[in-house]
Amino acid sequence: MITVENLKKVFSGKDGDVAALNGIDFSLDNGDIFGIIGMSGAGKSTLLRCITMLEKPDSGRILIDGTDILSLKGEALRKARRQMGVVFQGYNLLMQRTAAQNVAFPLELAKTPKKEIEKRIKELLALVKIEDKADFYPSQLSGGQKQRVAIARALATSPEALLCDEPTSALDSLTTKQVLGLLEEINKSLKTTIIIITHEIGVVRSICNKMAVIDGGRFVEQGSAEEIFADPKSEITRLLLGISEAAE
Amino acid sequence: MTEFLAKYGPLLAQGTLDTLYMTVVSTFFSYLFGVPAGVALSVTKKGGIAQSPRFNAVFGWAVNVARSIPFIILMIFVIPFTRLIAGTSIGATAANVPLIIAATPFVARVVEQSIEEVDRGVIEAARCMGATDFQIITKVLLVESAPGLLRGLSISAITILGYTAITGAVGAGGLGNLAFRFGYQRYQDDVMYTTVILLIVLVCLIQWLSNWAAAKADKKIIK
Repeated sequence: MITVENLKKVFSGKDGDVAALNGIDFSLDNGDIFGIIGMSGAGKSTLLRCITMLEKPDSGRILIDGTDILSLKGEALRKARRQMGVVFQGYNLLMQRTAAQNVAFPLELAKTPKKEIEKRIKELLALVKIEDKADFYPSQLSGGQKQRVAIARALATSPEALLCDEPTSALDSLTTKQVLGLLEEINKSLKTTIIIITHEIGVVRSICNKMAVIDGGRFVEQGSAEEIFADPKSEITRLLLGISEAAE
Repeated sequence: MTEFLAKYGPLLAQGTLDTLYMTVVSTFFSYLFGVPAGVALSVTKKGGIAQSPRFNAVFGWAVNVARSIPFIILMIFVIPFTRLIAGTSIGATAANVPLIIAATPFVARVVEQSIEEVDRGVIEAARCMGATDFQIITKVLLVESAPGLLRGLSISAITILGYTAITGAVGAGGLGNLAFRFGYQRYQDDVMYTTVILLIVLVCLIQWLSNWAAAKADKKIIK
């Protein structure tokens, strides 16, 4: 269970204050796939950075199973972070480590025993169907393969939720389909809650059961993906759908 | 030629050994101190994982001051300290003291530079996985920058090799000392030229070794 309440973040710059997040609320049940869609500058990245605690929000709460992770510090915070796997647009793999060693990395950080790490690596690489590339370095892998390794790495500590920041934006359409299929499979088999931040309406359409449209740092529309696609209420949603239809 | 070798061979061999000894020992210790210093310079910067602009400003200033003292002055300046540590101020072992003092801030900057090249996204990813600052330093920064650090090592070692020639002028032994005594004080060009050739060989050797090690260590380049 993830609940985000009234998340706010203001950036002060030379040209005055910019409200990047203007009161974000949402609540997810275990097993949801939640798509957050918006255009550039809508606040997507800030929202993700706040949920992953790379950025400190000015106010609001982020509850994971009832615990406000924003109130945590030190070891408790690091433990809470392991409850959330993050998949990045740019993969962010360690370039000097093999695929297997990348997957092992979060487990090493958590001081998991070596034997168990070996076992987990095998399971995870099999899960993302990339066992044959275990000893390859990221520079030897394609974009899709890198993202698979990144997904395996994000799942290493068996998190409750997977946070994906534009996970397919750097991939071609076929690879995008495969990666989204993989996320859906993971969601089904592991019951992992997935949050996907994206600007591609197709991503939301293909795998999300819940969605929100972000604009100007607030959700202008949120709810069941099916209902929103059938009857978009806000101008921006219609625009996003229109753009996508025109492009297709 | 045989006559030359018979006469100066042992001296040149000893000089080469002394130079190598000073270079290796000084490089080792300046990295021992310089790596933590370089890491500290990098991580305390604004936006770094342990940002502390005030510490960074003070420490950075101290490093700049230490680097701006010409080596030949520094060498004389620290003689009392050298005596305290090495028991004497003459000889190759004593020369290591000013060499390490001069090279450490230099190494710190070289290391800082390599650390800065580590992708920020990777650092943030490690942060999201619950890494401590110390884990980010030892498992991300130092490992991901290893090829750059190795390339920097050759720059540092060659700079230190150059410094050893200066210590030679005040009686530390080594090839610089030979070149100075025979070439400058006695006008024996043949000895001086030989030392220069030996120094060139040493520099090439260091450069080649570190290039090889860096290329071998770097997994970012597809081979």
